[in-house]
Amino acid sequence: MLARLGHRLLAAVAVVLGVVALTFVLLHSAPGDPVALMLGPRATPEQLAAQRQVLGLDRPLPAQFASWIARFAKGDWGTSIAKGRPVRVLLGAAWPATARLVGLSLVLSYLIGLFVGAVQAARSRSRTDTALSVATVTLFALPGYWLALMLVLVFTYWARVLPAFGAAGLDSDYLSGGAHLLDQVRHLALPLATLTLIGIGGAARFVRGAMLETLSQPFITTARAKGLTARQVIGRHALRNALTPVVTLLGLSLPALFSGAVFIEAVFAWPGVGRVLVEAVQARDYPVVMAATAVSAVLVVAGNLLADILAAWLDPRVRSAAA
Amino acid sequence: MTRLLRDRRGAFGAFVLLVVMLCALFAPLLTNGNPAAQRDIVATRFVPPLSSDVRGEFHALGTDRFGRDVWTRLVYGARVSLGVGAVAVLVSLILGVLIGAVAGFWRGPLAVTLLGITDFALAVPRVVLLLLLAALWQPSTVLVVAVLGLTGWMSVARLVHGEVRALAARPFVEGARAIGAHRLRLLGSHILPNALTPVIVAAALGVGNAITLEAGLSYFGLGVQPPTPSWGNMIASGRDVLVNAPWVAAAPGVALVLVVVACTLLGDALRDVLDPSKQLP
Repeated sequence: MLARLGHRLLAAVAVVLGVVALTFVLLHSAPGDPVALMLGPRATPEQLAAQRQVLGLDRPLPAQFASWIARFAKGDWGTSIAKGRPVRVLLGAAWPATARLVGLSLVLSYLIGLFVGAVQAARSRSRTDTALSVATVTLFALPGYWLALMLVLVFTYWARVLPAFGAAGLDSDYLSGGAHLLDQVRHLALPLATLTLIGIGGAARFVRGAMLETLSQPFITTARAKGLTARQVIGRHALRNALTPVVTLLGLSLPALFSGAVFIEAVFAWPGVGRVLVEAVQARDYPVVMAATAVSAVLVVAGNLLADILAAWLDPRVRSAAA
Repeated sequence: MTRLLRDRRGAFGAFVLLVVMLCALFAPLLTNGNPAAQRDIVATRFVPPLSSDVRGEFHALGTDRFGRDVWTRLVYGARVSLGVGAVAVLVSLILGVLIGAVAGFWRGPLAVTLLGITDFALAVPRVVLLLLLAALWQPSTVLVVAVLGLTGWMSVARLVHGEVRALAARPFVEGARAIGAHRLRLLGSHILPNALTPVIVAAALGVGNAITLEAGLSYFGLGVQPPTPSWGNMIASGRDVLVNAPWVAAAPGVALVLVVVACTLLGDALRDVLDPSKQLP
């Protein structure tokens, strides 16, 4: 188990390094010279060369990359070109918002998805199953940014009950405990609903498939033959066994969820990593893009790793196969 | 094929896709012309659906803020969105089948390298990569297709790899090898045709996914560029006029959801029909 974990950790580090290296190469091979942009059209070749030397851009790419990694590891993530603030401060302020949004929607969509998928599998081929299938396929097909717009239209413009932008109201700092919390929940409602609704579609579809697969196995027949009630068969025998692939999917769906969050954050002006990334990409803010990519890669890889460990903990077969 | 159409999901998916494709194909016949046509902007903008503008021209889905007919743009946008989705999936299918087949058929360091690249590419956050590529180069339709194709091949490669490896050990392949078939012939005419079933399913699901992602990129202004209509940039242009004219964003979104649902259902039905273990007597 430990050896396997070590191996997985090593692979995870390699993936993060690879993503960062890829971003680095892409940034530097894209058309457009940041130094020329900085100094303007009237700069002489000598001035350009001097500025390049100051920024270290005249050195070979591998050397530049190595020094970036070294500085990143030491905690010096550079300064945002567009905003003039240290990148670490920018991202440090952004990541809790993303973690809160993605984490909550992950938990909610899988809890609801598990329930819906289990109900569907238990009543396979009934009207309930068909109706829920239509619903989950539609949810699964919804583009996040469009669903977000429609929710804003209904709940903000027509019903006027929920705020559409940001993570807190202008007056949130002056509110007392209960009112402050309510303000936060109201701001969280629409982005969370968008991400969760879409997540339910994928989760429920997968759980239904995994459950049907489990229900066709001999031990379920045995359980039924023993005279257990349907509730016991589904809840204690089938659901537990269908859980392993679901947990693996949970880890694998983390990148997709994060990707979805990038769009959702942009629509709702949610102050998270996704919005920082989109703004930085549009402004060609190289230090921010590099750091934000590195942070999102770490988040995604860590999620996958966690799901692997969780799957091993849930399923003794995976545990012993690894030992 | 008959079995596919007897499946309600398959019939629905095929029907929707067929209708949308026919609409896209015969766009000039179904609309009043140029999707970018602007008439008198002040007089004809924000005409609500199912009503006529001052000149008596009927707009089934209303007009946008430039007085352009939303239905016309929707139908012409289908050409762009479906085209981008289909070509992008084709690119990723070719790449995926090639890489998966090579990795599955030739063992050794080459296979390990290819599988390593595949696993790595799977772990890369796709949207981050898409944003980067689209933002750093001049946005264009060709770039969108290339980027979507280059970031979508990994699951196909994994599927094909698994199938090819399993098939290579089967007796009929051994038989072909025994009568002296060349390795490429083994792969090309014996193994690959049998390995393509999951690829067809992945393709059906992939088209829906690619159309959604194209729309997402266009939404940020990084995809298909206006005035060429694509469903994504139509949604984006509707975002700014959400209060005045909600139909501008709603119409392409509904079309998008319908097509993606059709792709998903068709993919599900295909998987069941093509899977021999589910063919009941």
